[in-house]
Amino acid sequence: MTAEPLPEHPDFLWRTPDPRSSYDVVIVGAGGHGLATAYYLAKNHGITNVAVLEKGWLAGGNMARNTTIIRSNYLWDESAAIYEHALKLWEGLPEELDYDFLFSQRGVLNLAHTLQDVREGVRRVNANKLNGVDAEWLEPDEISKVCPILNVSPRTRYPVLGGTFQPRAGIAKHDHVAWALARRADELGVDLIQGCEVTGFLKDGERVVGVDTNLGRIHAGRVGLAAAGHSSVLAERAGVRLPVQSHPLQALVSELHEPVHPTVVMSNHVHVYVSQAHKGELVMGAGVDAYNGYGQRGSFHVIEQQMAAAVELFPVFARAHVLRTWGGIVDVTPDASPIIGSTPVENLYVNCGWGTGGFKATPAAGWTFAHTIATGRPHPLNAPFALDRFTSGALIDEHGAAAVAH
Amino acid sequence: MLLITCPWCGPRDETEYHYGGQAHVPYPPAPADLTDQQWAEYVFYRDNPKGPFAERWVHSTGCRRWFNVLRDTATHEVLTSYRPDEPRPGGTR
Repeated sequence: MTAEPLPEHPDFLWRTPDPRSSYDVVIVGAGGHGLATAYYLAKNHGITNVAVLEKGWLAGGNMARNTTIIRSNYLWDESAAIYEHALKLWEGLPEELDYDFLFSQRGVLNLAHTLQDVREGVRRVNANKLNGVDAEWLEPDEISKVCPILNVSPRTRYPVLGGTFQPRAGIAKHDHVAWALARRADELGVDLIQGCEVTGFLKDGERVVGVDTNLGRIHAGRVGLAAAGHSSVLAERAGVRLPVQSHPLQALVSELHEPVHPTVVMSNHVHVYVSQAHKGELVMGAGVDAYNGYGQRGSFHVIEQQMAAAVELFPVFARAHVLRTWGGIVDVTPDASPIIGSTPVENLYVNCGWGTGGFKATPAAGWTFAHTIATGRPHPLNAPFALDRFTSGALIDEHGAAAVAH
Repeated sequence: MLLITCPWCGPRDETEYHYGGQAHVPYPPAPADLTDQQWAEYVFYRDNPKGPFAERWVHSTGCRRWFNVLRDTATHEVLTSYRPDEPRPGGTR
């Protein structure tokens, strides 16, 4: 295994337009999901009179803070369908966008440390296979072959009893994904407007007709929210209540190391997930902080527990150093599945609730959200993820496969 | 790490506590009369403000009693804590 060279730092990839007074569609939030939505609105639906409004800078929220893991090994049919659609899109996007964002299908191991983990893992592998998602159950000796630096000794506090493996899963350079989508959306005519915060919604009765921003009023035929951790705050300004809670989710990187870690390892039970970035940093994610928070930081004991788990699993990391830690704000739903669809306000659509796992879904979130906004009806892939499931009771419980404790 | 004051035990590290989400969410007085929408509100919908938030904590490794904390979710500053039979300081909710 050798480190692949990083892409050259690009020139300016998109214009910096002033907002026009009116658009067919306004997307709020220029993270991965907002940019993918704009791209697919233009590409799949021919809707190019679109603005993406971003209160900070492009892809500076969770798109800059995630641990870049891409996989589709979710339990339920509805989830497997949408995440697998995303994975298939990932496989074609570097060519389609003419941008090598280092999508590396190095596989993902989800470890089992208890009998219940084993049962759940085997069940998930079987469910994945029935849904056409590549998945294998590996015994500890087979795990060693995939990831030799992992400690599978029976003498650890929580021994590795086995694990699921999805070979097509992997990682990608998150910033470059956003820039690739932004460049192509911009070429197709989409206005990407940074430093533009939505402060209110313009309504005509129960129909949204525009947004108020710090850069003035912008009329819109339809408005789509893709604001992740701030979805509740935004939706409340439109008079919509969402069943999401915003939590800090922390991650960290080490200094650069020679390539030692050939895959991605996630452990739900001892709670850490680890990959090695192309440059060489070890990238590790923690569980969510229990309390609600918008501060983009969390408590240090969460980091401590995460590092303890990492060192137990990977003794070779014991002398690595933390280079930096950070936090993002994740919007968590009661069933750990996203909400993509209409709201009680006509022409206002919401894509939120991705919680700890939104990055991997970026293309499918954009694909289905664009379809929903363009046609006024959900795509078959996101129909089960409607807001009304919390009233009907048709929940899609992915707390197991979400793999991040919350 | 947060420093949270238990109304009975005094200031302790966050690791002594567990979180219980939004405070002051009463059980519906007449559950049988609720619509599905109202049940959804009670079971699944909670406030998620950016700013002061009244929330429940339990002192798991101390007195094991529940109490309420008023905390700013933007700055994570703990504003005050109070017993569960006391109203939210400042009047609202």
